[in-house]
Amino acid sequence: MLTARLIACFDVVDGRVTKARRFQDNIDVGDASEIAAAVYADGIDEVIFYDILASAQRRQADLATIEAVAAQVFVPLTVGGGIRSVADMHAVLEAGAEKISLDSMAVRNPEIIAAGSREFGRQCIVQSMQVRQVPPASGLPSGYEVMIDGARVATGLDAVAWARRGEELGAGEIVVNSIDQDGTHQGYDLDITRAIAGAVNLPVIASGGAGSADHVAAAFTQAHASAAIISSLLYSPRMERTMPVGDIKAVLAKAHGLPVRPAA
Amino acid sequence: MSTNDGAVVGVIDYTTGNSRSVTRALNFLQVPNRLLSSPGDLAGVDRIVLPGVGAAGTSMDYLEDAGWPAALGELVAAGDMPFLGICVGLQLLFESSAEQDARCLGWLPGMVRPFDRGQVRVPQMGWNQVRPHSGHPFVTGMPADDYFYFVNSYYAEPGNAADAAAMTEYGVPFASVIARGNIMATQFHVEKSGKLGLELLRRFAGLSRGELC
Repeated sequence: MLTARLIACFDVVDGRVTKARRFQDNIDVGDASEIAAAVYADGIDEVIFYDILASAQRRQADLATIEAVAAQVFVPLTVGGGIRSVADMHAVLEAGAEKISLDSMAVRNPEIIAAGSREFGRQCIVQSMQVRQVPPASGLPSGYEVMIDGARVATGLDAVAWARRGEELGAGEIVVNSIDQDGTHQGYDLDITRAIAGAVNLPVIASGGAGSADHVAAAFTQAHASAAIISSLLYSPRMERTMPVGDIKAVLAKAHGLPVRPAA
Repeated sequence: MSTNDGAVVGVIDYTTGNSRSVTRALNFLQVPNRLLSSPGDLAGVDRIVLPGVGAAGTSMDYLEDAGWPAALGELVAAGDMPFLGICVGLQLLFESSAEQDARCLGWLPGMVRPFDRGQVRVPQMGWNQVRPHSGHPFVTGMPADDYFYFVNSYYAEPGNAADAAAMTEYGVPFASVIARGNIMATQFHVEKSGKLGLELLRRFAGLSRGELC
């Protein structure tokens, strides 16, 4: 049986990890490769870097950051933000990423999911979506809408329909990030995570809002996620108490009976 | 654990594969290694890693275009060159794969089947337990039921049960490590399985031909 998988997620700008709350107010947390090495040593199962390639001018430096991480972190690394073509994917994978996360770009040009999947295999393509709850009057069947461009632009796309479409196009995993919960430390949006996990046959990753190990457990036990993204819980300067990976895993295993990969 | 005696590990370079993840792991372990783009690069290499990401048919096409099946057949299948296949590199050892209806290298009897989508999420993606049950030196000393990182939609069914050196469960029990003489392979990614994966890669790099007879 697969373990409950914990993924550390970092927003990276110019080689530095930053932390935002609801997509605003960035705070510098530290050097990306040092922080990735620390959570690897701590027993994290996987690492995701977002927005690392967002600026075209900084591309070579950002690829160097990916290389620095890949030289010392021997668990899967996913990179997202600023990837516009199969050539971009080649560069990122060559630098040491295992997977590519596609978000706004996939909404604008869904064919990029299919192209990446054909070139590198389904396992390489992570479809990430920013979702927010909308009123019933919106007419979206799931009650959740996909947002793009840092959660600023509404797309009119239904979250569950977009997940199904991503699976058809060739995505290998789906990250469901709740805009409403992101940065609140109040727990994941279990309803939309569960709805998407039930609608596709792919692994689904819960994201946005984890403030305690019990929140992380709920993603698995209540929303049937295959993995959970944690960020604030590990390192936020705003959290009163952050937790090492090993302590989170201990709660998942002991209090919730979930299988975990033992922390180092 | 065996120590590396300066042997050079050649890593077959796929253009769209994860060959560089393997060389990065070998560099970290300070094991001499280099990428091989064709059999012409084999001089001085005394063990070979065949990584693999992507589909079986596409991988076989690539290997055939570069002339690998004949060269590897002679050195590995008919010879005693230590060989490690990773992920799709394990699946290619068998006769055929249901993925893209590919004819594979056929060094070992058996075939490659898809996981049942009605039963489990596909691809299998994540950390799963590996239980060794063979006296092969590649897996002796490997702890029982430790976790390694898998990404696969297909699994090998060896025709010869003794070729399965370790088993894993994902809806069905399947062979997660293959070992017969100098031919070794892991369905999981040793290069992405943390310290335990690196230990297994180091073990492969340190096994002598004498131990593998």
